[in-house]
Amino acid sequence: MPQRKDFRRPSGVSRRSVLAGGAALTSSLFAPGYLRAQDYPTSEVNTTGLAVTDETATVGILHSVTGTMAISETGSVQAEKLAIAQINALGGVLGRQLDYIQEDGASDWPTFAEKARKLLVNDRVPSVMGCWTSASRKAVLPVFEQYNGFLYYPTFYEGLEQSPNVIYMGQEATQQIIAGLDWVARTKGAETYYLLGSDYIWPRTSNKIARKHIENFLGQKVVGEEYYPLGHTQFNSVINKIRLRKPDVIYAIVVGGSNVAFYKQLKAAGIDMTSEDPVLLTISVTEDEIRGIGGENIEGAYACMKYFQSLENENNLAFVDAFKAMWGDDMVIGDVTQAAYLGPWLWKAAVEKAGSFDVDKVRAASPGIELTTAPEGYVRVHENHHLWSKTRVGRARTDGQYDVVFETADLVEPDPFPAGYQ
Amino acid sequence: MFAYSLSELGAILAMQGFAGLILFSVFVLMALGLAIIFGQMGVINMAHGEFMILGAYVTYLMSNLFGGFLPALFGAYFFISTVFAFFASGALGIFVEWALIRHLYRRPLDTLLATWAVSLILQQVYRSVFGAREVGVTIPDWMMGSLPVTDLIEVPINGLCVMALALAVSLGVWLLLFRSTWGRQVRAIKQNRVMAAAVGINTEWTDRLTFGIGCGVAGMAGSAFTMIGSTGPTAGQLYIVDTFLVVVFGGAASLLGTVASALSISQAQSIMEFFLSGSMAKVLTLLLVVTILMLRPQGLFAVRLRK
Amino acid sequence: MLARMTGALRFSPAEIAGFAILAAVVFLVLPLALDTFRLNLAGKYLTYAFVAVGLVLCWGAGGILSLGQGVFFGLGGYCMAMFLKLEASTPAATRIQSTPGIPDFMDWNQLTALPWWWEPFHSLAFSLVAVVAVPVALAWIIGLAMFRRRVGGVYFAIITQSLAAILTILVIGQQGFTGGVNGITDLRTLLGWDIRTDAAKEILYFVNGALLFACLLLARFILKSKLGRVLVAMRDQEDRVRFSGYDVAQFKMFIFCAGAAFAGVGGAMFTLQVGFMSPTLVGIVPSIEMVIFCAVGGRLSILGAVYGTLLVNWAKTTFSESFPELWLLGLGALFIGVVMAFPNGLAGLYADHVEPRIRALLAWLGVRGAMPAPVAGGAAREMAPARSVAGGRQSGRSLQARGGASPEPGP
Repeated sequence: MPQRKDFRRPSGVSRRSVLAGGAALTSSLFAPGYLRAQDYPTSEVNTTGLAVTDETATVGILHSVTGTMAISETGSVQAEKLAIAQINALGGVLGRQLDYIQEDGASDWPTFAEKARKLLVNDRVPSVMGCWTSASRKAVLPVFEQYNGFLYYPTFYEGLEQSPNVIYMGQEATQQIIAGLDWVARTKGAETYYLLGSDYIWPRTSNKIARKHIENFLGQKVVGEEYYPLGHTQFNSVINKIRLRKPDVIYAIVVGGSNVAFYKQLKAAGIDMTSEDPVLLTISVTEDEIRGIGGENIEGAYACMKYFQSLENENNLAFVDAFKAMWGDDMVIGDVTQAAYLGPWLWKAAVEKAGSFDVDKVRAASPGIELTTAPEGYVRVHENHHLWSKTRVGRARTDGQYDVVFETADLVEPDPFPAGYQ
Repeated sequence: MFAYSLSELGAILAMQGFAGLILFSVFVLMALGLAIIFGQMGVINMAHGEFMILGAYVTYLMSNLFGGFLPALFGAYFFISTVFAFFASGALGIFVEWALIRHLYRRPLDTLLATWAVSLILQQVYRSVFGAREVGVTIPDWMMGSLPVTDLIEVPINGLCVMALALAVSLGVWLLLFRSTWGRQVRAIKQNRVMAAAVGINTEWTDRLTFGIGCGVAGMAGSAFTMIGSTGPTAGQLYIVDTFLVVVFGGAASLLGTVASALSISQAQSIMEFFLSGSMAKVLTLLLVVTILMLRPQGLFAVRLRK
Repeated sequence: MLARMTGALRFSPAEIAGFAILAAVVFLVLPLALDTFRLNLAGKYLTYAFVAVGLVLCWGAGGILSLGQGVFFGLGGYCMAMFLKLEASTPAATRIQSTPGIPDFMDWNQLTALPWWWEPFHSLAFSLVAVVAVPVALAWIIGLAMFRRRVGGVYFAIITQSLAAILTILVIGQQGFTGGVNGITDLRTLLGWDIRTDAAKEILYFVNGALLFACLLLARFILKSKLGRVLVAMRDQEDRVRFSGYDVAQFKMFIFCAGAAFAGVGGAMFTLQVGFMSPTLVGIVPSIEMVIFCAVGGRLSILGAVYGTLLVNWAKTTFSESFPELWLLGLGALFIGVVMAFPNGLAGLYADHVEPRIRALLAWLGVRGAMPAPVAGGAAREMAPARSVAGGRQSGRSLQARGGASPEPGP
């Protein structure tokens, strides 16, 4: 039996804290007050036989809670459940409370496809919050297109994709990379770069874009590019190479368990990130990863992404409080967790704009949807189903948090098929 | 390659040699425990990685304990926890031997399947107890720096620690196996179990102790790896293929063979890593080892046995 | 010679019953009881059964434990996926790419032309041949190198496991040619026939079932023929067989190649039914899981292997839906239980406990001749060594037991 919970009465969670967080978040979105279900009869808002009744609407959550990816995906599940609880506390979507059916992708891509099909065919959910790795998204994509499902995907990723059935809430590669490289070239006077990554599509595509930007747009030099298998734990050779080539910037996209080994060995080899010689810039280490790496091993490194837990704005303070109230004080929130939190809210906004749960109408309503209440600040859905968002650079502290040192002045336009970077 | 000056080439050689030595120590630590279990007992312990991770988790607990209650001794906790890791993994090993392995000595391939099941169970237990995320083990500050030798060459201290530990463990295992009563008994049993039993060796207890010591050594390795790698429920899986290859390549029954094979594989890998991309270096190393094994299946050092 | 062949082809009534029951399960019960979604799942599980049946041949009968069957499964699957991907990558469908007409992942990796070794996969006939030929060729090379030098047992297991590791790293590392960690995804049509529709999935399920039965019959034929007897003899007393003048390596290579061929077919059917192929199906963990399927079903029984595959996968799906936390514990416990208590798996359980009861019941009902008395206690045990299952030191009692002329009942 799938796990099925009803959040009308959040138990075990301080209702007040969730409400307080929710209220701050939604003050502008829900100015008109609660919507009532009887104003939106089910026969009109659900013409395609979705899992929407007079009282409830059931969405799907599809992440790995077992296997190697469970480490990363747990935060996304928690954020999505928090958003659903808050939406319910505020009256739900079109007056309907949200239920969810959670399925486990078990870090296995065929299982993801299988569970996606189950959610869409058997459970008829109007939307799914889910997936984390590119591989799992690629596996479920044909399923979503075939059965016309609607997926909210939280992870920053390599781009090169734009499906009518997916809203991409993480940054695609150019959004995340270019602003960071410009920043490091401008403020740190960097001229030479060493690109490094785990061996799969996201680091490779990201480094490709980074290399094009460095060589063609900044007119600077890449002195090395290197990939190691996922799960690799011995980085002494590449550290030696880095030491020889003396780059100004190490641009690292190492993921998973390799991350821990890489930063520990880097520090042990005497490459001190606090002295910025060289500068270490990464796009793959969120606050989540630092817990495994250990703050003291990565102190002084820069990370470039759209969200840091330490952002100081009202939305984020309320979000962090609510998250900790629901899941415990020792939780940390990374970029992807925050993006996952946007999913239910974006869907709610699109459904209410469309006045319907039907996927085609929600899709049509999605471009242009705004969230003024997002923890990262204002975001807007682009025609290409990605989000306009700001890009920020943070510097790692010993306690595992980032100090935000730079933020783009404007929202960065998502460009999944960047011209000049292919 | 030709972009480097002569002094730089010298430095490359020195540093890569050192990186190779660290890798060598890592391989030796990983493989010694398995060499004892697989080489001396013929048991294929697929849960070897999980025994290592148990050692790593023990180190994690000790680091919290010392950090919380005995901050004065924090600088030295690492050595204490290595000893604890040995006993924790060893005790678990003895339990597993008692509960499972002893029933399967006549079916070596079945030990593979049973220990695979043990590894699944251990992974889930770690996940339930310590959480699915990796835990950060705090390493004393003095172990994290490096010693500058020249402008280009720096020697990481944790690498030195791993090397020292590898040396100590190999020495200990050698002493145990070749200079102790237990070692003599183990070798006697390996040569002729029935005869060994006939002259009064308690084969059952010796087997159990052997398995325990093998697992204990794995635990120490895991404890050492908190310095350089990650500690998570599934981290043990990363080591298993390399470990088995080192042991098999060395010739399963020979301790010296294990060390020699660790040396050759690590040097080959670290040299190739310097001139090729990391992934290709790994593939080529594995291919090379497998090819040599196909040509010389008994491994580098074979012990001739009368069957 | 001919007489011997037909002897191996003759089915005992109990064997017919065994095959008929499995046929009923696969072709009637499952399709009627399950909706298309669940049926597709069952079809996916049955593709693993190809591998498990191959393992019964290699491991159960031949005593060769391969921990790299995922490699052959993967190769078969990739051959099929390459054909389907080329068909899906028409210039019209890929016009937004910088080089239209090549698979999308190649375009992302700056390839501007199709690699030469992809070219033949435009042809369905070539691809279908490759599905079997590529795994067999690799198995033959491995076998040639290893069996000629008398590598066996544990060493063979570990070397095949390393091969699984190598292939995984290679496939992931060469993503421009292989699709990398994402695999080859978004497969649409087979010669214009949309494989993603419900109707197609049902048809593919039946094709898969039919192919599985073809493999089962072939496996049964191999086991019942003289070759099968040599295999069992070889497993139990390799030296004696060698001294009797048999070329042991030749037999081992044959059976290993047969297992690889089955796995390749399974992989191709997997690709067709699931709609993609990825390196996660190639690696060490799936390879060992396939051994688990085989062991749970009974390493000595081809029919048991199919049931074992279905049971473990069904348990995995239901368990992981309701108690994702406990799934690994359950799997581990199940596996220890099988290894410790029921080394012959489901088939052994059936032969030891169910079959005697059925026989007693039939005798009580007065039915005679329906189930002839067993020679060595059921088909599963017929291949089993006298005392322990995979040990190598037994006398050849199983061979003597097998010498009887009466037909053996099967599960």
